[in-house]
Amino acid sequence: MQYMLLLNETAEEFAKRNDPAEAEAYWGGWNAFIGAMAQAGIIVKGDGLQGPQTATTVRLRDGKRAVQDGPFADNKEQLGGYFVIEVPDLDAALAWAVRAPSASYASVEVRPVLPPMAPPSA
Amino acid sequence: MSSARAAAKAAETAARTSYGRLLAILAARTRDIAASEDALSAAFLAALRTWPARGVPDNPDAWLVATARNHLKNAARHKGVAIEAAADLALLFDEGAVDEDADALPDDRLKLLFVCAHPAIDASVRTPLMLQTVLGLDAARIAAAFLVAPATMGQRLVRAKTKIKAAGLRFELPTQADMPTRLEDVLDAIYAAYGTSWDAVAGADGDAGARGLADEALYLSRLVVSLLPQAPEARGLLALILYCESRRAARRDAAGRFVPLKAQDARLWSRDMIVEAEGHLTAASRAGVFGRYQCEAAIQSVHAQRPITGQTNHAALRTLYGLLAQRCPSIGVLVAQAAALLDAGDADAAMAVLQRLAEADIRGYQPYWATLAAVHVARGQRGEAAAALHTAIGLTEDPAIRAFLAQSLES
Repeated sequence: MQYMLLLNETAEEFAKRNDPAEAEAYWGGWNAFIGAMAQAGIIVKGDGLQGPQTATTVRLRDGKRAVQDGPFADNKEQLGGYFVIEVPDLDAALAWAVRAPSASYASVEVRPVLPPMAPPSA
Repeated sequence: MSSARAAAKAAETAARTSYGRLLAILAARTRDIAASEDALSAAFLAALRTWPARGVPDNPDAWLVATARNHLKNAARHKGVAIEAAADLALLFDEGAVDEDADALPDDRLKLLFVCAHPAIDASVRTPLMLQTVLGLDAARIAAAFLVAPATMGQRLVRAKTKIKAAGLRFELPTQADMPTRLEDVLDAIYAAYGTSWDAVAGADGDAGARGLADEALYLSRLVVSLLPQAPEARGLLALILYCESRRAARRDAAGRFVPLKAQDARLWSRDMIVEAEGHLTAASRAGVFGRYQCEAAIQSVHAQRPITGQTNHAALRTLYGLLAQRCPSIGVLVAQAAALLDAGDADAAMAVLQRLAEADIRGYQPYWATLAAVHVARGQRGEAAAALHTAIGLTEDPAIRAFLAQSLES
């Protein structure tokens, strides 16, 4: 089955990305995690995301576009990246998710990917 | 008895005794508990219809599994077979004709128990899920024991089964490393089933929930021990439940009034259950690892010695509660520790334990207030005792216990 790991980050961790004193350790942790997944051959796709200060949220209401600076919800944790992985079951997905650096200070949400729709029956 | 009636009876017996085993076999391969339940029901119906006419098959369980699998395949075909279902189907066909004889039928109930008590399943629905899947209890009966509306319980069960299927929970035994915590979840869920027999015992006479789920909890507990004989905590839980059950007859007097442990007539205790409990606790202790259930069972074991030695070994209780409080400092354990200290004659130590508890934890916790009242009495603080007792009475659901507390308020 395919699962998406939604990797949440805290503001402090996002800040480390551009802090010369912290960046190496920060990216080192993530690269090790991603490298291990790649080595196991389970990555379907995935990316890191730029920080929530770069987010723009848009809604269409009564035909009018409402554009808002910032992420959808103002949470302590924000989405920092995602990976879709191919593993046999939820337990295996959780075993990978818990190895993400952010699991120990923020959180990782694990969701099964919707299976492809069945073709209309003939 | 006519052969037709005998056949119908065989079908009913199979339904009662094999339900969990057969459901586990089906669900472990499809991960779809709801569809497996439907298929198994259809198979039982088919048995009731065909066995009286054609005779009981040599291996009724294998017949039922094969029939249920056919039903699953047909149901999947009927739905137009989504790609996901096709994968399930492949699994089903894969299993092919493994169950030609009875010995080939595996016992997958342990896998099912671990799925029901999976950390990805909300803790409040784990016990109901076990009761329904392994024992075949209906939602209404479970709802009565847990004091919720049957429709609500039904929804929770459906949601949990959907999550198990959609999220793809593993129908396998946990790895060695995960085993202790995962087993703890299973045991906790079984113990929660046993807890209903204490909460609900108050219920009006004839109430389906009145007896709670004591027998079901005992059954599940025995099942885990039989499937995991090497796990000391599984035996610890079984011993604990047996000790508590051994005193059932002594817990109420003839008028239905609550009788505290200290005042119970030990002649009403079940010797057989106590002996069985001792056996499991001894076997568990050979592993030499601390466990919450073993410790709680050991505490009950001390109480069970009273009729033999003529007195309660308060020093042993103090040590065991100290150990338990140190490892599992839950509100329930700490209040019980305070009560044990009070019984040992150390009201000051009991008060010290109670005073360390957090305000938010004690507010609605009846045993805290009942114990606090008793500690105040022992320290000669009558005014404080009466106030605490009033709070305890206000928080009591069980009329028999309320009457017991009200009586001590008067004295």
